[in-house]
Amino acid sequence: MRQRARMVDVGSRDNKWGLIMVAPTILGLILLNMLPFFQSIYMSLSSTKAFGAYQFCGLDNFVKMFQNSEFWLATWNSVYFCLLTVPVGIFLSLIVAVLLNNKLRGTTVFRAIFFLPMVVAPAAVAMVWKWMFNGQYGIINSLFHTNVAWLTNSNTVLISCAVVAIWSSIGYDAVLLLAGIQNISKSYYEAASLDGASKIKQFFTITIPMVSPTLFVVIIMRLMASLKVYDLIYMMVSESNPALTHAQSLMYLFYRESFIAGNKGYASAIVLWTVLLIGIVTALQFLGQKKWVNYDV
Amino acid sequence: MTQSYKKQVFISKSIIYLFLILGAVIMIFPFLWMILTSFKTQAEAMAVPPKFFPSSWKATNFERVTKSLPFTNLFMNTGLMIVFRIVCAVAFSSMAGFAFAKINFRGKTVLFSLVLVQMMLPSQIFIIPQYQMLAKFGLTNSIFALVFPGLVSAFGTFFLRQTYLGIPNEIAESAYIEGCNKWTTFTKVMFPLTTNSVAAISIFTAVFAYSDLMWPLICNTDLKMMTLSSGLSTLNGQFTTNYPVLMAGSLIAMIPMVVLYLLFQRRFIEGIALTGGK
Repeated sequence: MRQRARMVDVGSRDNKWGLIMVAPTILGLILLNMLPFFQSIYMSLSSTKAFGAYQFCGLDNFVKMFQNSEFWLATWNSVYFCLLTVPVGIFLSLIVAVLLNNKLRGTTVFRAIFFLPMVVAPAAVAMVWKWMFNGQYGIINSLFHTNVAWLTNSNTVLISCAVVAIWSSIGYDAVLLLAGIQNISKSYYEAASLDGASKIKQFFTITIPMVSPTLFVVIIMRLMASLKVYDLIYMMVSESNPALTHAQSLMYLFYRESFIAGNKGYASAIVLWTVLLIGIVTALQFLGQKKWVNYDV
Repeated sequence: MTQSYKKQVFISKSIIYLFLILGAVIMIFPFLWMILTSFKTQAEAMAVPPKFFPSSWKATNFERVTKSLPFTNLFMNTGLMIVFRIVCAVAFSSMAGFAFAKINFRGKTVLFSLVLVQMMLPSQIFIIPQYQMLAKFGLTNSIFALVFPGLVSAFGTFFLRQTYLGIPNEIAESAYIEGCNKWTTFTKVMFPLTTNSVAAISIFTAVFAYSDLMWPLICNTDLKMMTLSSGLSTLNGQFTTNYPVLMAGSLIAMIPMVVLYLLFQRRFIEGIALTGGK
């Protein structure tokens, strides 16, 4: 027995191979992520000079940023986009997951259909929705007999983008939630049925609490993704769109400042602010989870 | 009793189907509309009230869009980017994942925390410095530039470490007794046991690389070196109002991934469900 214990230790301890095998990943992480992370912080404290030179300028970029109304509007747009997409998106995904959980013929086909937007590039998805939302010739106005300039009106532009975001993510979130739902033991439902609990009641008293750990993960993931949304809005709202400032998210502003206007220092300040925002929102979720996430199964 | 029970089951089934079909229609309609529009003339697309079907199924729009976008290059670039990123993610992350899970070595905790920190930071924070690194060495507008941020994968490392943790230690131990060293144990015994996870991480890498827009847009500004996503985005300015041409372009760009998806549908969905939470 003692010999075996020693052997295991001999077998699993190996400085040479351990370091060799993690070396590519660790070197890559240092070069591609750690170094850039500190460079971004440094850049946010610098002003961009000619020929790609930088000069330390303290908190100037942040002061300029906090005084800029376009920046605050972009922050609001990102938060507003979260509020528009996350609750509705998660709710609909949960419904789809519950519907797909029924042992019915054809559920795999439905699952495949709902999941489809996941494998289509957001660039192509945005293109067709932009066409459907077109104010003059779009099919959405014809179908609903409305006459709204969805994408050029500052009140509707972000709502339209949110519709597309929800449509794109329902299948993905539903598949994750479905995996969680399928792990719930059937015996809970059987017991509830014997007690005469309706399907609706079972959903709220069994399904929701039992799937809450998965739900929590999906919400965190969706919040993070929504706060850093870029591609969808970039594709649907071009720079010449009059409603641009009412749709531009923080990451869109970041892209324009860094790679179009060339203010890399200022753009780095924006990205740090976004990271901070994501950090705060995630931390709040982790603090709040004790109230509703059920880990004792 | 049984009669009314059967009736009840029938009604609830019908309601479920009704909702699922309604949902499916909403999911499919945009794609259908894309296909229909891509065959219309500009005048037909803008007809009021809208015409549902094109009057003839001519490929004029597809010809026009292939003239203004070098689709062969875009396919090649996207394909190569995906293949290299998968190879890197699988090879490096498997090695590191195995080491973090099954080998004790000095500095393990500190090094693994590097992986965790990277996973928590949004990738945008690295973009400007990554771009500047490439620009410094004149490597923009290349396949390497497209692969660059995906050379290593923190998420892949984390995910595969979980997989290796799930494999019992006895398997590795018996390999050591048989005379394998760490490397051969990994390549001959352990790695072959992780095919499901490797497939999942490959699909995950492919889907996300294919969807990514900001990085390809920044690093490769030459149209011939763009990916399908970034190339497609340049059409926006060129054919602002010619939606049939835009739809034809989008359709060509989305077809390869959709075909792969339809062929390996279960693998795709299960792979994504397995990697879920990222």
